[in-house]
Formats: sequence, structure tokens, C-alpha cells
Amino acid sequence: MITTQQLTKKYGSQMVLNIGHLEIPKGQSFGLVGNNGAGKTTYFSLLLDLIQPTTGQIINNDVQVNTSEDWKPFTSSFIDESFLIGYLTPEEYFYFIGELRGQNKADVDALLANFEDFFHGEILGQRKYLRDLSKGNQKKAGIVASFIGNPQVIILDEPFANLDPTTQIRLKAIIKDLSARKEITVLVSSHDLMHVTEVCERIVVLNKGVVVRDIETSAETLRELESFFAGNQVSEEEE
Amino acid sequence: MFKHFVSLQWKSFFRSSNFGKSLALKLLMGFLGVYMMVTFAGLGVGLFFILKKAFPDSDPMLIVCGYLLYWVLIELFFRYFMQKLPVMDIKPLLLYPIKKSKIAHYILVKSGLSGYNFLSLFIAVPFSIVLITQGYPVSNVLGWLVAIVCIVLTINYTNFIINKSDKVFLFLGVLILALYSLEYFSVFPVKEYAGQLFYSLYQNPILALLPFVLAIGTYYVNYNFLRKKLYLDASLKKKAIKVETSDLTWTKRFGSIAPFLQLDLKLIWRNKRTKMQVFISLAMILYGLFFYSMDTYGDTSTIYLFVGIFMTGIFLSNFGQFIPAWDSEYYGMMMSQNIPLRKYLESKAGLISVSIVVMFLLSIPYVYFGWKALAINFACALYNLGVNVPVILFFGSFNKKRIDLTKSAVGNMQGTSATQFLVLLPLMVVPSVLYFVLKTFVSFEVALITLSVMGIVGFVFRKTLLDKVTEAYRKRKYTMLAGFKEQNN
Repeated sequence: MITTQQLTKKYGSQMVLNIGHLEIPKGQSFGLVGNNGAGKTTYFSLLLDLIQPTTGQIINNDVQVNTSEDWKPFTSSFIDESFLIGYLTPEEYFYFIGELRGQNKADVDALLANFEDFFHGEILGQRKYLRDLSKGNQKKAGIVASFIGNPQVIILDEPFANLDPTTQIRLKAIIKDLSARKEITVLVSSHDLMHVTEVCERIVVLNKGVVVRDIETSAETLRELESFFAGNQVSEEEE
Repeated sequence: MFKHFVSLQWKSFFRSSNFGKSLALKLLMGFLGVYMMVTFAGLGVGLFFILKKAFPDSDPMLIVCGYLLYWVLIELFFRYFMQKLPVMDIKPLLLYPIKKSKIAHYILVKSGLSGYNFLSLFIAVPFSIVLITQGYPVSNVLGWLVAIVCIVLTINYTNFIINKSDKVFLFLGVLILALYSLEYFSVFPVKEYAGQLFYSLYQNPILALLPFVLAIGTYYVNYNFLRKKLYLDASLKKKAIKVETSDLTWTKRFGSIAPFLQLDLKLIWRNKRTKMQVFISLAMILYGLFFYSMDTYGDTSTIYLFVGIFMTGIFLSNFGQFIPAWDSEYYGMMMSQNIPLRKYLESKAGLISVSIVVMFLLSIPYVYFGWKALAINFACALYNLGVNVPVILFFGSFNKKRIDLTKSAVGNMQGTSATQFLVLLPLMVVPSVLYFVLKTFVSFEVALITLSVMGIVGFVFRKTLLDKVTEAYRKRKYTMLAGFKEQNN
């Protein structure tokens, strides 16, 4: 589904990302972990054509993302709060995204109904603008918005950060459910090793822009990751 | 402790993003500032002589005093939506071992030194100096000046008290209108009585104590209020207003650009700065009166063309020059969502076009000054529609400065760069020069027809032009994205 070839990104002389080859098959739930500055967000931004690669390319379902815009209809994402429109209410935002993705109000409402638990009564019908919601609630709205319009690829940067424990657990269930259907490729990045190992079939560890581990998730994975991060980079580990 | 606060203030000023702006912009802003000051001071100096000449029989001081009540009310009215107590700045201070009373004093004193307070003093001080040189008794004039300073401070602190309710604002508006009508229909001579009141401040300098006590009093009301409310959930919290969502389904008529049109309308209506642009634009329809009411220009002067372009294109330039920076907060989302850039721009073009038509319709009463005024405005509207819309959108592709929509509307230069000044050249200067040349060497009619035809041609080819503009946006996408991400520019 997503093929990355000879991808590098340099700022000045500093290489921030260097991925020789990375293949993410359709329907995989893919986890990206790494410390701050490892290149996770850079990779996602390249995937969304928000920054230009220095060399190489990413091909998303036969579309080269930095030359064609045809990947947009089947790809959706939530990177950070800058993906929200602060002066809209959550409902208006969902309908707006829905319209961009060819869904009418009824379609969007039907989808939102599945997330009532996840919203925990704090998103819909609040008569508040998105900018006035708490960080966690903003995140909830953004994540759900990325599910609108039957995307085949969903990219979520740090979806667990800022969420309360209950919501984290619910989000994990949602992601697992998505990947169980084997039709949607979910890309998730996180600092929380436990969450990623729980929801992702495959975990790639980035360190200073380079892929240093590529693991099929198993019972051993969490320990393996923990020992990697504890051993290699104690000095960099704190946020 | 106050020393620390002052140094904080100093740093926040000199390290502010505004200050780091390009030299040209700084110079321009500095120039504008000096210009304002000089104008006000000039008015202060000239006021005495102007009044003396206009009303040789009465004392200029008495006339000025007559208007002071209106000044107080109008200043309160304007400050109501222009000036807010800068409480958010002190949020970080709450955690440190600083007494709350000190923090409260700090913001209140700081607000006393705000620029708004100096504005009227730029008139009052020169006026007083002139009075003294004209032989008015020094002690009386000084007493009066002190009283004025205290009144300014009272206005300053009263504003923070009444700022909490919308009703007061409405009341102020009604009061000003009511007083003025009483005056106008000679029911009650407001000016005379109010004038006496303020004039007594001059006659009897001891009375200056009264405004002084008022200033101190309002200060303490504020202080007590603030001191008690220095908690995150009280006065420091930003107000979250209950949203009234409006149904904008009528935009569906515009087909595929409807979602963007809805978004733009909400953008304009729900953010202070953009909303202000609408009001400014509507008010600017009166701009032409300055020129049309003077006979010095003749009826086909180039100044009228400039005025026409300006009036019909005010929203075009005010709103358009910051496209797409209005959307900078979420530009990343716009660029990764399933959005055809073309549709996005079409919606903006549509919105601006509507504004031009509306402004033209509003300008029709200028026909009072002759059919030529109407003809000029019509040609200008056409030119704006056909030529200036694509031009401003094209220049928009050079915008890369972020605009925070939540920031205040007044004096907000966020998003301003050299582009904003460059764009004025093709927008207003080019048609004016063109008109001037054609009118001088051929004829008035030919000049207008040329501009109109240019507008119509541009309108006919708007699809092609918009394609070119879209291409420009595509090329600059990454630069814009990077620029809009920078929080403090």
C-alpha cells in the first residue's frame, strides 16, 4: 500500500530522516516509535506532502505523493491541533470534513453514532467552538474526524497523548477494530510503548531518522522495545 | 519587585515578534506612529486659533469644555471594544512567590500607561501650552490639565469595570445618541451645562481634586475586584461563549464551492479581526464624501478614480491581502485534506466579488454628485472584479506569515509583510495612472471605458487567470506551510 524509497530529508546539513526502503502492506496496523527528534512526525509530514523530500519518494497506493494529489481522497490523518478549525463547533467540523470527502450529514451522523462512547458526552452538542475545548477533547474530535469518508489509509500522530485513561483504552479498541477488518492501513506513532505494542501488528523504531528495528509484534515485543530504549539512549529518553 | 515587572514588560516589547519585523515595516509603522502624534499635536496647537477664528465672540476654552462630555462618552464607547485589561499576561506570575496584591497593582498601573491614555493628551497638552502663551492664567490651565489627565485615567479604569457587560456598551451608545438628539432638537442644551461643569474645573483648579479622587476610586474598585479574582477559573479564564450555530444551507446554491463559502463566512463572522474588517469596509463607503464634498477637484479628477477603486475594493484589499493567511492556523489540514486548491480559491474569489457588488450598490447615492461619480464608481467596480480579484489572489501566494485568529482586532499587524504594501501598487496605483493618462490625453469617457473593458475581459477569462493563480499557490505550498507554522512572526 505504502512504499517508501530512498527517502531522505535534510535541513541544512543535518539529516533528519533517511529511510532506504519501507513497505507497508494494505490493511496493516503500523506503529512508529522513537524518541523526540527521531523523525516520526517528519515521516508523517512527508507522507502527507506537507514538506518536500530531499531525495526519494513515497508511493501511496500507486500514487507518488509529492507529484500527484490523487492520494488525498483515500488518505486521512490527524497530526496535531493545527488540523482543527478553531472557530467551528465539533459538529460543523465533522460535517465540513464530511463534505470534503463526499459524505452528507446523514452519513456523518451515522458514523459519529459509533463513537458516542469515545466522545463520552463531551464533544457533541456542547455548543462550544473547537478552540474552547480542552486539549484532550480537541484530540478526540480530530481523531474521529480522520475516520470520516471511508479512508483506506489513516495516519495518526501521537493519538494517545493528552487522552485520559478511559479514552486511551477506547481508542485502542477502535484501532484494533479498524485493523481487524484488514482493509484499512492504520499508521500510528507513539511514545507509549505499551499502547503501540497492543494495537499494532508491526512496529518500526526510528532513531535519529534511521530505521533501527522492524518488528512483527509478539509477546516478546514490549520487552524488546523497552530494553532497546533503556539501553541505547537513556540520556535522551525523557520528554 | 516593580523593577522586575518593568524589565519583563521591556523584554516582552523588544522581544515581541512584532519588533523583529523587517526594517521597512518597522520604519513604516514608526512613520505612521509619528504621523499620528504630529497630527494630534498639530490639532492641539491649532485648536485654539481655529476656534478663535470660527467663534470670535466666545472663549475657545468654553467651547472645548462643551464638547468634553461627548469626548468622555465616545472614548468610553470606543475603548469598550478596543481595550481589554491584559490579564492573560500575568498567568505565569501566579506560580511564583509574588504577592497577589502586587500583581494586581502591576497590571493596573501598566494599563494606566497604555497608549490609549496618551492619545488625548497629545491634544490636551499642546492646547494647554497655547492657552498659557495666550495669557490664560497658568495655575488655572495647569489645574485643568491635571483634571483632564485624571479624567483620562478614570475613563481607563471605568472601562475595565463596565467591560464585563454588553448592556453598558449598548447604554453608552444610546446615551450618546440621546444627548446629541436633545442638543440637536434644542430640547435641552447639554453642551452648555456640561461645558459649565468642565469649565469650572478651569475656573477653580482646586476642583481638579474631584477627577483625581474619581481616578483613585475607579482604580481601587478594579484593584479589589482583581485581587479577589486572581484565580485561573475566575478572571484569568478566557470566556467561552455559547455558540449560536447558523444554518447556511442557502450557500448550497453555489454548488461545489459551498463548503468553502460556509467556512469563509464563519471565519469572518466568528473572529474579531475579520469581523472588524467587514465593519471597516462598510464604514469606508463614506470615504468618498471627503473628496466629493470639496469643489477643488473638478468632476473627473484622478482622485475620484482612486476613491472609487478604494471604496468598491475596500474589502477586497482588507480581506484579500491576507488570503490564505486567514487559514494559516489549519493550513496543514487544508493541504492534506481532500481539497482541490482551485475550489478553495474560487470560493474566496466569489466572496470578494460579492463584496465588490455590495460596495458598488452602497456607493450609488454618490450619483448625487453627478452622473460622472456613478460612472467612475461603476468602472472601478468592474475593474476590481475583473483585474484586482485575480491580482490580489495571486499576491496572496506570497503570504507566509501566520495569523492567529484569536488575537485582537485592533492594531494587529500580524501577517503583514512587504507583500501587503507591494500589492497596493497594482491594485490602486496602476488603474489611477492609467485613468490619468487616458483622461488627460484622450478623454474621460475613453478612460472609463478602457478600465471597464479591462475589467470585463478579466472577468471573462477568470477561469484561466484562476488556473494560473492556483499554479502559483501549488508552487509555494511548502514555503507557506513552513511559514504558517512559525508561531511568532
